[in-house]
Amino acid sequence: MEKEKAIRAVELTKRFGSFTAVDKISFDVKKGEIFGFLGANGAGKTTAMRMLCGLSLPTSGSAWVAGFDVYKQNELIKKNIGYMSQKFSLYDDLTVRENIRFYAGIYGLTDERIREKTGFLLRQLKLEEAGNKLVRSLPLGWKQKLAFSISIVHDPAIVFLDEPTGGVDPIARREFWSLIYEASDREITIFVTTHYMDEAEYCSRVSIMVDGRIDALDSPSNLMKTYSVDSMDGVFLQLARKAVRTE
Amino acid sequence: MRTLKFLLQKELRQISRDSAVFRILFIMPMIQLLILPLAADYEIKNINLGVVDHDHSEYSRKMINKITSSGYFRLRNYSATFEQGLHAMELNKIDLILEIPSQFERNLIQDDKATLLIAVDAINGIKAGLGSAYIKGIISEYNQDVRLQWIQYPRFDSQATVELTFSDWYNPNMNYRVFMVPGILVMLITMIGSSFAANNIVREKEMGTIEQINVSPIKKAQFILGKLIPFWMLAITVLTVGLLIARFVYGIVPLGSYLTIYAFASIYLTAILGLGLLLSTYAQTQQQSMLVSFFVTMIFNLLSGLYTPIESMPEWAQLITRLNPVSYFIQVMRMVMLKGSGLADIKTQILALLGFALIFNGWAILNYKKRSF
Amino acid sequence: MFILIWMPIVQILLYGFALTNEVKNSKIAIFDQARDEASTTLSDEIAASRYFSLYQNVYSYKEIESTFRKGKIRMAVVFPRGFRNDLLHTNHAQIQVIADASDPNTANTLTNYVSAIVSDYQQSINQNQALPYTIDTRIRMLYNPELNGAYNFVPGVMALVLMLVCAMMTSISIVREKEMGTMEVLLVSPLKPFRIIIAKTIPYLLVSILNIATILLLSVYALDVPVFGNLFLLVGESVLFAITSLSLGILISNSAKTQQTAQFTSMMSLFLPTLLFSGFLFPIENMPLPLQIISNVVPAKWYYIIVKAVMIKGLGFMAVWKETLILVIMTLILLGVSIKYFKTRLA
Repeated sequence: MEKEKAIRAVELTKRFGSFTAVDKISFDVKKGEIFGFLGANGAGKTTAMRMLCGLSLPTSGSAWVAGFDVYKQNELIKKNIGYMSQKFSLYDDLTVRENIRFYAGIYGLTDERIREKTGFLLRQLKLEEAGNKLVRSLPLGWKQKLAFSISIVHDPAIVFLDEPTGGVDPIARREFWSLIYEASDREITIFVTTHYMDEAEYCSRVSIMVDGRIDALDSPSNLMKTYSVDSMDGVFLQLARKAVRTE
Repeated sequence: MRTLKFLLQKELRQISRDSAVFRILFIMPMIQLLILPLAADYEIKNINLGVVDHDHSEYSRKMINKITSSGYFRLRNYSATFEQGLHAMELNKIDLILEIPSQFERNLIQDDKATLLIAVDAINGIKAGLGSAYIKGIISEYNQDVRLQWIQYPRFDSQATVELTFSDWYNPNMNYRVFMVPGILVMLITMIGSSFAANNIVREKEMGTIEQINVSPIKKAQFILGKLIPFWMLAITVLTVGLLIARFVYGIVPLGSYLTIYAFASIYLTAILGLGLLLSTYAQTQQQSMLVSFFVTMIFNLLSGLYTPIESMPEWAQLITRLNPVSYFIQVMRMVMLKGSGLADIKTQILALLGFALIFNGWAILNYKKRSF
Repeated sequence: MFILIWMPIVQILLYGFALTNEVKNSKIAIFDQARDEASTTLSDEIAASRYFSLYQNVYSYKEIESTFRKGKIRMAVVFPRGFRNDLLHTNHAQIQVIADASDPNTANTLTNYVSAIVSDYQQSINQNQALPYTIDTRIRMLYNPELNGAYNFVPGVMALVLMLVCAMMTSISIVREKEMGTMEVLLVSPLKPFRIIIAKTIPYLLVSILNIATILLLSVYALDVPVFGNLFLLVGESVLFAITSLSLGILISNSAKTQQTAQFTSMMSLFLPTLLFSGFLFPIENMPLPLQIISNVVPAKWYYIIVKAVMIKGLGFMAVWKETLILVIMTLILLGVSIKYFKTRLA
């Protein structure tokens, strides 16, 4: 059963001392889905995602990512996932090509594959001219797209995106999402956290976290119907009013 | 293995791009090695002397002459009263006042005995001690001159004398630089090993790129080696530059073999890098890591025997020096460079450093977690 | 943060109790070829002195060499055969002193000590023959009659700590904002650059005042170094020097792009010169002339003189007005230059 789901969490919990950041959340993510993990700042999204990526050990509950157990098979998970953090985590002082080469290399791609992928990525992102420029010199929108492409350079089963569109203009955001769709077409499962409610509408299903718990989990259209609103913003406002925690 | 190759490529590229680092790494040793040894000299010479001569006799003048021509003292002040001389001392113009009483010549020749007063600015105790010893020495030499003027030589022979002959081994020119330069090299390498390396890792923490590493399948050991090796190489390069400067600027060539130095340096670096690594696992910001590594390096440097001898320290401090990897390296550097000691002679130090390397690196590896709790 | 408070304490403790240029308990070896009453007596006297500690009796020159090479001894004393006989019959005997001159200072000092011990011995076997025409020198140690090493370095440590806290930490903290990107935000705001600088530097100024207080307290109560002069004058001058250091820190932060650069630049151009050229560790007059000139540009040198004068010699403002003026001028120049270039540099 677990093998079919890309991600499965059962009562996953994270406590820091007496503070419960993530409170017994349970959910499934289907293969190939674009799953939106929404919530206000401080609701616990990032903490939950870090547990799934193997960056943080859960306090209790269980979870399987790409079929592997989060407690016992952590390193196997890492081989099969991609990750893009809020800060985009590219090396500012390396060139575009060098960043691609590094990350592709550490995920085990052969030199031949690396060459192929580099060529492909540069063309896809229209960065052929910028291949040897330092990442530092790229505008924000390009950095973001590059970071995403690098996060899936090894064709992982799942890619985790933590607030990937922060501070980026709406056009760049749209372009970014087309990259996400393209990846999804290639059967990569997308797990994305965001606090931009309009992006929620691009997802197959979303969950909304409030105060560490999942208060809603459904497709955007169903949610809008349930809460009788015509935008995800509205859904969110309804739920967030009850929230106690803010960042 | 392949992953390690990628890691090293990245590190080396980053380091080579950081021009500030480059400048610091090569300019710093040069400046330190060029200026420090010149400045660092505890020998006492050029002591500023003030004279209050109430006698103005031939004898008093001859004595003052002898003192000033000794090379140890510079006559900076000549006052009529002691108070004036004291005032000059207060204003930091002189370190010593020699007061010659008004009947000096007459007392010496007619009464067989004359007294002189020397007032010393004793804030720097060592300078004061040595300065007063030197001036006493010169005065007693002058005393002998006076005696010889008035007494026949044979009368002295009834005195038994023990004569001391002095040989200075290992540094016949008593060149203080030869002593300092190896020590400075050690200090430089220590700084690169612990501060630089630690800072680099903490920087990745601050920038967030370390998360990307933690989420990837890179193994702990690979990551750590990927950081250690480039800095190890860097430090060895600086050592080489330093040794070259020592050779061509100061003419310091080790009596022992260069290989011994490099061999020991490699072990030492492993220990020191381990320390830096350990530090980086605890620090969250660069500010922290810089401050802590600076503090630790400072204590290590002070308690290493570089500036002040270890034997003069109290028991508890000497114990600390035994826990200090730097003191071992300083010993080894001096021993190999100046006395020609070989690997066998330094086995205690080698063992000690291996111990340090194991402890620091082991602790660091245990501490470093890809997954946080 | 709390390291900043502890650092001066540790430094004072170290300098006060552990570090000293004095030489004591130096390990020596004795090669006694005579093994007679005279040589044994003299050897015992040497070994008993607090300056020396007998590591080993050796029996050949080769042994001396290897013990030196192993780094175990600093000096060896060799008595020739028939030492006592020579002394009795010819009134003249020789002893060879071999010093490890790799540390010339210690070697010098040790040979001086051993000479003193031998000459005392000489006097004792000469039964006090009084010589005519004797000049008697009386020595009076001023300001520090007990030759307490602390008197020399407490002012030095004060200079060092202030320089460290104010200059280095300030520069790192300002550059940190630059690196993190938050500096731009501040500059774009209506806050005048001057205000930003003040906000950044005031905390370190306060910490450094705290440090001075700690150092003074420790000096007085733990090291027996009282403050002879006017406390207010001392604190006032210290605050002045603190501001001078702060302006140096700001100047450095203007040109440094990363925190690491800031740290190393401060170390090289501030900390190290302060250590070297203030005069407390190495006497300035020993240095070659060009270095002596450089030392005049180092603010710490003037501050050190001021502290010595006020704290140890107990002098008043009239004695230090020149140095104070120099510090004030330096501060004004530095502040002027750094503030002027502060905003421009970021572009």
